[in-house]
Order: sequence, then C-alpha cells, then structure tokens
Amino acid sequence: MNWLQQLINGFGLGSIYALIALGYTMVYGVLRFINFAHSDVLMLGAFGAFFLAPSIGKLLPVPSYLGALIVVAVAAFGCALIGILIERLAYRPLRNRPKLTVLITAIGVSLLIEYSCQHRALFGAQTRPFPKLLPEQTFHAGALSITSYDVVVLLVTIVLLALLWYIVQKTRIGTAMRAVAYNHQAASLMGVNIDRVISFTFGLGSALAAIAGIMYAAKAPGIEPLMGVQPGLRAFIAAVLGGIGNLPGAVLGGLVLGLLETFAGGIPGISNYRDGIAFAILILILLFRPAGLLGKAQIEKV
Amino acid sequence: MNYGAKRWLIAAVALAIAVSFLSSLFNRYYLGVAIDVGINIILAVSLNLINGHTGQFSLGHAGFMAVGGYTAAKITLGLSSVFSAATMPILFLGALVVGGMVSAVAGLVVGVPSLRLRGDYLAIVTLGFGEIIRVIFQNMESVGAASGLKGIPNWTSFGWAWALAAITVFTIASLVNSTYGRGFIAVHDDEVAASAMGINPVRYKVTAFVVGAFFAGVAGGLYAHHKQFLSPTGFDFMKSIDIVVMVILGGMGKTPGVILAAIVLTILPEALREFASYRMILYSLLIIILMMVRPQGLFTWPMFARSARE
Repeated sequence: MNWLQQLINGFGLGSIYALIALGYTMVYGVLRFINFAHSDVLMLGAFGAFFLAPSIGKLLPVPSYLGALIVVAVAAFGCALIGILIERLAYRPLRNRPKLTVLITAIGVSLLIEYSCQHRALFGAQTRPFPKLLPEQTFHAGALSITSYDVVVLLVTIVLLALLWYIVQKTRIGTAMRAVAYNHQAASLMGVNIDRVISFTFGLGSALAAIAGIMYAAKAPGIEPLMGVQPGLRAFIAAVLGGIGNLPGAVLGGLVLGLLETFAGGIPGISNYRDGIAFAILILILLFRPAGLLGKAQIEKV
Repeated sequence: MNYGAKRWLIAAVALAIAVSFLSSLFNRYYLGVAIDVGINIILAVSLNLINGHTGQFSLGHAGFMAVGGYTAAKITLGLSSVFSAATMPILFLGALVVGGMVSAVAGLVVGVPSLRLRGDYLAIVTLGFGEIIRVIFQNMESVGAASGLKGIPNWTSFGWAWALAAITVFTIASLVNSTYGRGFIAVHDDEVAASAMGINPVRYKVTAFVVGAFFAGVAGGLYAHHKQFLSPTGFDFMKSIDIVVMVILGGMGKTPGVILAAIVLTILPEALREFASYRMILYSLLIIILMMVRPQGLFTWPMFARSARE
C-alpha cells in the first residue's frame, strides 16, 4: 500500500526531472556541451511565476486553472527568451573554441545568475513562500491519497511530451534540430540555419525548464535563487542515465531517478543519504554503461 | 630540477619558519590571512596539476580537502593526550601526512572513472564525488555530523602553512618538469598523440589525481588546525569553485600565475569586505569574460610561459 503511494510520488518527482532533463539533452544534442545554466533558468521560471501571480491575480482569480495557465505560459515564454539570450551572449562567441573553455563559461554563467539573484537588489537570498496557483484537492482511495497536484504534474508532463514529440518529429524546425544533432556541417550544407536551430533549441529547453521549475516550486517549501541547483543536477544525471542526446532516454532517466529517490527516501538508514544516491547512480552508469540506458555506444574516431 | 630551485625551496621553508618564530610581533588578523594564503596556494597549485597541467577538469577539490581535514583532525584529537607538547610537531606532521594519504586514496577512487571520461562528464563526476563526500560527513556521527567537528587544536602556524606551500610548489613543479612529468603535458595537449608516443594517459591522469588529492588533503589538515572547526557545509561545491577560479584566473598550467591568483583572491575578499555580496558576481563575470578574451589566464606573461609549449 505504502509503496503505491511512493510510486505516485516518485512519478510526480520523476516527471519534473524528465522535463528538465529534456532541456539538457536537447542542448547536448545540438551543441555537445552541458548547459550548466539550465538549472538557473528553472529557478528563474519559478521566480517569474512568483512575481506574475499577484499581477495576473488582479485580472483573474489566481488559484484557478486559467490563471495558472496564463502565469505558467508567460513565465515559460520569458524563460525561453532568457535561454536564447544566454546562448547568444555567452555560448555563441565560443562555439569553435575548446570544449573546456565553453564548459567553464557555462559554469560562470550559472554562478553569475545565481549570485546576481541572491543579491538583495534582485531577489535576495531568503526563501520565499511560493504562491498557490491551483485550487488544491485531495482524492482518497483507501489509505491512498492523491492530490490534484500529482494529477496536474502528470497530465502536464504527458501533454508537454506529446507536444515535444510533435515538434521534434513532425515540424520543419524539429527536422532541422535532428539534422543539426546528427551532423552540424552536413546540416548547414543542406541549408539549415544552424544559429536559428540552436536558438530554438535553447528556447524550447528553457520553456520546459521553466514549467518544471514552477511545478517543482509548488511542492517545495519555498523558492530561493539556489533552488534550481539540486533538481538541475539530478535532471542532468537523469539525462546521462537515459543516454545524453536521446529524448526518450531523458524521460526514462528522469522517471527512474525520481522513483529511486522516492523509494530510497522511504527506507530508514538510507534516507539520510538520499542526496548522494543520484551521484552514486551517475558514477555507476558512467563506469558500466557510459552511453546510458537508451544511448548507442559511440566509437571514437581519431 | 636544478639546484637553483632547491636553494629557493630551502630558503622559502627557512624564511617561513623564521617568520613563524617572530609571529608574536604581527597583528593576529594579518597572520590569519597570511595562513589562509598559504593554504590556498597549496590548494590552487595542487588543483593546477589536475586541471592545468594534465588538462582534466575536476570540480571536487573541496572533497579531497574535506577528507584530509577530517582525517587529520580526528588523529590529533584522538592522540593529543598521548603525545606531550614537545612532540606536537611530530604528531601534527604525521596527522597531515596521513590525512593527505587518505585523501590520495580518495583521489585514486576518482581517478579511476577518469579513465573513461572526458571533459564535461569528468567535471560532473568529480562534482558528484565532492557532494557524496559532503553527504557522508554530514551523516557521520563520529565527526560531529551536520553540527561539525569542534575543538581542533590551533597548531597551524605561518611556518607550517608556508613551508608546506613551498614544498607543494616545489614537488609539483619538479614533477611536471621531470622527464616523467612531461607526460602530463603530453596528455593535456593530445591524448591520442601521447598514447601513440608510448605514454599511458590513464596512468598519468590517475597520478595527477592522486598527487593533487594528497596535497589537497594536506591543505585540508592545515585548514582544520587553523580554523579549529570543521563543518561539512564548508566543503561544498562553492569551495571547489573558489579553487577553480584561482586556477583559471592564474592561467591553467601556469604555476607562477596560479600562485599569484591564490594570493590575490585570498587577500582581495578580505580587503573588500564591504563588497562581499558582489564577490561571487564579480568572480563569475570574470570567468566568463576571461574565457572569451583571455582563456590563458590573467596572470600569464610571456616570461612565465612554459618553454615546452612554445
């Protein structure tokens, strides 16, 4: 019985990880580097909703589905722009530089966002309560309790995954994304505008991160500028677990990690080490199956 | 290594110890900062071996420091009743070395995954390793868990910190400049070409991790006996970033630059205390701008450039 409850919680956490992991994996697909700032975009999404909720609340009643939808949509759009801006300003000038240079820059961008936001002129370092965006209900089935939050998270994830699948598989820009991920040079010879595709990828990934960030914040005790770091790292691990660059892999990795963490949190003795579990999984997967669960092993050419 | 460098080493150690005997003449606060500088030089130079000379990217240096610090502190706390005050230096040196060795074992454990990983993956694994270490210490009751380890004797003097810093610089510079050590630079420049030349990149990477971790552990021991208090949160990701910034600013693989960066980045935050809230904003901006316009580091001039590269 208890495990069924854990299963529901695990799926909720896992779908949030999955949405964030998609951003990492998409950017890795087109640019072959880890966008460390992704976890901060998710924090910015949560803060966006935090500041938007009261102003939207003047027009619409805010703990409502329509109000929440507008708040989330505006925050996601804003974060998409921020993601595009980050790529344009920080990563594009370094595109043909050694990987290490780009990696260090990405860490720098991440730190810059975190510490600027911690400064009292911006958000400040204190934890703030996140406003309620949705009316809350709890459904009981026996000893099982399912909140409307869990249902919404799962539904939103399913809808977003379907949308993403449509964009990547069926639209022109999605085809271009896959082409760029497959081979930069060949894609650009075929007339794909690489810069535009990369911008779009950043925008899409950042919007997903913003939505995930809002859903994460809704259950977290509060929001603060470093709130993105932990879910961000875990989502990255989820992306590696599923096979980085592989979209279904990111979703699978996110769900697996969410479930493992939730179940481990329920076992006394292990629960204290919950924070270390994700990293232990990362090290194990990199040692034994570096390509990830769904990834194909790549032969390195010299 | 030529005789000149050895002479410098002896002079530096002698000077450090001499100044240490006169330490009562100095302001305690300045002395404390000077000890911090010495410890940070050890940390930055040892990380430079991994990140700079060998071209790996480790984000877990604070983890090694924590291992060494906790080990050394536990040893001195456990054995200080057995040893008399006169034999304190022996105990302290022993504790530092054992702390360094335990940390080196941890370096071996991290070095092994590096056999298969490159660049960003390695960075994440080392980051994860640092976090795992922190979580372990946070849950270990015997070292005070989350509330920290208190009452460590205040044994780190100026002499200890700077003499060990001089030894660290000497050892790592000698290692890198030796015939064997050219292999580190070869691995950094091109792994494939290096292995074609009969250099075993795996071996060099692991060596870099083990040696770097050893000195980070020693620095951790010094830090423990300087601050007299250890808490797991003091060894988080941000501490690793502090050290990484020193290496990047100084120029990866450029020892004089890294030493200078360690000195500047330790003194500057002390001098600009009222701007403390801007410190990390400034660091991160500095990293980004440096990577764009001067990836070789701020404190690198042609005269310091390593002859092997040019």
